[in-house]
Amino acid sequence: MITLRNVSKTYHLASSRSRLPFVSRSSTPARTIEALKNVDLHVPGGEIHGVIGLSGAGKSTLIRCVNLLERPTSGSVEVDGQELTQLTAAELNQARHRIGMIFQHFNLLTTRNVYDNVALPLELMGMKRSTIRERVLPLLELTGLADKARQYPAQLSGGQKQRVAIARALASEPRVLLCDEATSALDPQTTGSILALLREINHKLGLTILLITHEMEVVKSICHRVSLISDGELVEEAEVGDFFTTPSTRLGREFLNDFLQLEPPKALVERLEEAPGEHTHPVVRLAFSGDAVSTPLISRLARECEVDVSILQAKVESIQERTLGLMIAELLGSPEQTRRAIDYLETHDLHVEVLGHVQRDD
Amino acid sequence: MSSAMIDLIVQATLDTLYMVAVSGVISALLGVPLGVLLYVTRPRQILTHPLLNQVLGMVTNIGRSIPFIILMVAIIPFTRLVVGTSIGTNAAIVPLTIAAIPFVARLVEGALNEIPPGLVEAAQSMGATPHQIITKVLLPEARGGIITGLTITVVTLVSYSAMAGAVGGGGLGDLGIRYGYNRFNPTVMLITVAILVIMVQGFQSLGDYLVRKSDRK
Repeated sequence: MITLRNVSKTYHLASSRSRLPFVSRSSTPARTIEALKNVDLHVPGGEIHGVIGLSGAGKSTLIRCVNLLERPTSGSVEVDGQELTQLTAAELNQARHRIGMIFQHFNLLTTRNVYDNVALPLELMGMKRSTIRERVLPLLELTGLADKARQYPAQLSGGQKQRVAIARALASEPRVLLCDEATSALDPQTTGSILALLREINHKLGLTILLITHEMEVVKSICHRVSLISDGELVEEAEVGDFFTTPSTRLGREFLNDFLQLEPPKALVERLEEAPGEHTHPVVRLAFSGDAVSTPLISRLARECEVDVSILQAKVESIQERTLGLMIAELLGSPEQTRRAIDYLETHDLHVEVLGHVQRDD
Repeated sequence: MSSAMIDLIVQATLDTLYMVAVSGVISALLGVPLGVLLYVTRPRQILTHPLLNQVLGMVTNIGRSIPFIILMVAIIPFTRLVVGTSIGTNAAIVPLTIAAIPFVARLVEGALNEIPPGLVEAAQSMGATPHQIITKVLLPEARGGIITGLTITVVTLVSYSAMAGAVGGGGLGDLGIRYGYNRFNPTVMLITVAILVIMVQGFQSLGDYLVRKSDRK
C-alpha cells in the first residue's frame, strides 16, 4: 500500500546568510542536513506500521514524504499503486484525498465547529451539502462525537480534538492514514482511547496506518510491524513481537530497556567485565516468548546443568496477543557448566545475551 | 450658535463619514488581497515567490513611509486624473485610499502570520489548492485579526481625513481649520474635536464587537 524506495531528503540551510544589500553574502558557509538517507519502507495493505525514533531522527520528515508535504530530494514514493513524485499539482491533490493525516497538535480550524471541521475535506472535493451530511454524521458516530457536532474546538478536550481530527481524516474515505505523533500531546488514559479507536478503524475499514512515535507504548499496543529510525536511516525493521523480544540493534535494545526499565543493578554494572576470566560468572539477559513462558525452564536448568541461577530482575509483559518474559540473571557454576547452561537455554528457544562477567565472591 | 453654523457642522460630519467610508471600503478591497499576497509569496509559503514578495514588500514600505500630508500634495495630478479635481471630499478620497492600502496590507499580513502553520499543512494534506487554502483556511482563521486591522485603519482614516482639511478636502478637519482656527472660534473647534472623538469611539466599539463575534478561540 505504501512503498518508499531509496528516499533521501537533504535540506540546504543558508539561513545565516545576510539578506541586507551591500553586505557580504558569504558570512557563513551554507550547511546541508541529510534528514533521510536512502530509506526503503514497505507497508502492505491493512497493516499498522510504526516508525519509532528519538527526536530529530527524521520521523517527521519521513511521514511527510509519504504524502509529499515534504518532497524527497531523491527516491520514489508509491501509495496505493500510484507513484506520487511524478504527479502534477492537481493529480497530487487528488491522490491526497486517498491519504488521511492526523497531527500531534490536531490542527483543527478554530473558526469551524466539529461538524464543519469534519466536512472540510469534502468541501474541498466540491461535494454537495447533502452528500457531505451523509458522510459526516456516521463518522461523528464512529468517533463518539455525535453530541459534539455544534461545538467549537476550543470547547473540547485534547482527546476529543484528536477524535475530530481522525473523523476529518477519514471523511474522504482514504486508503491510508498517516499519524504524526498523534498521541504525544495526550495523557496516558486518553492515549489509550485514541489508540483503541485507531485499532478499531484499522479493523473495521481495513485502513492501512503508518504512524510515527517516540513512545514504545504506542508501538506495543497497536502496531503489527515496527521500524526503528536513527539519524535519517531505518536501522531495524521487525514484527512487533520480535522487536520486543529480540531487538537486533543497540538502539533497539536501549528503547526496549528504557520501556521495560529492565537494567542490571548499577552496582553490578560497575563490576561487569567484558571478557570471561577463570573465576567469573556470566550475567545474562534472557528473553522468552511463546511456549517458553509457561515452561519451568529455570528449575530444569538448575537440575540438568547443575548451575544456580540468581535472578537480578524479571518482568513479564503482554505484547498484544503474545506474552513476553524478560530476565536478567547471574549463572553460578564452573565455566563449563555455565556454557552448557547457555546452550541448553538457546535450544529451548530463549534469546540469550551475555551482558558481561562478574568476579566470583567465593 | 446660528442654525447656519449647525448645518455646516452636520454637513462636515457627513463629509468626513463619506470620505472614511469610501476610502475604507476601497482600501479594504485592495489591501486585503495585497496582504494575502504578501503572506503567501513568502519563503516556505503556499505560493512562494521571492522576487514578487520583495517587490510588493518594497512598494508597500514606500507607501507607508511617505507622510500623509506630503502624499496628498504629491499625487495631485493623479487625483485630478481619477476624480477630475484636486479639491473637495472626492479629491481627498484618492490620497486617503492610497495611504490606507499598504497600511491594511501589512496589518492583514500580520494577522495571517498568527495562524499556526500546522493548519495550512493539514489543509495541504487534504489536497487543498492554494486558492482553497486562502479562502477556507487563511481568511476565516485570520478573520478576528483582519477585523482588528481594519478597525485600526478606519480610526487612522478619521484622523487622516481631518488632515485632508488642510488642503481644502472638506469634512470636520476643514471646518475646524477654517472656522475654529482661522476665525478663532473655540466653540466650533471644540465641537469638531468632540465629534471626531465620538466617531473614533464608535468605530472602535463596532470593531471590538465584530472581533468578539468572530472569535471562537
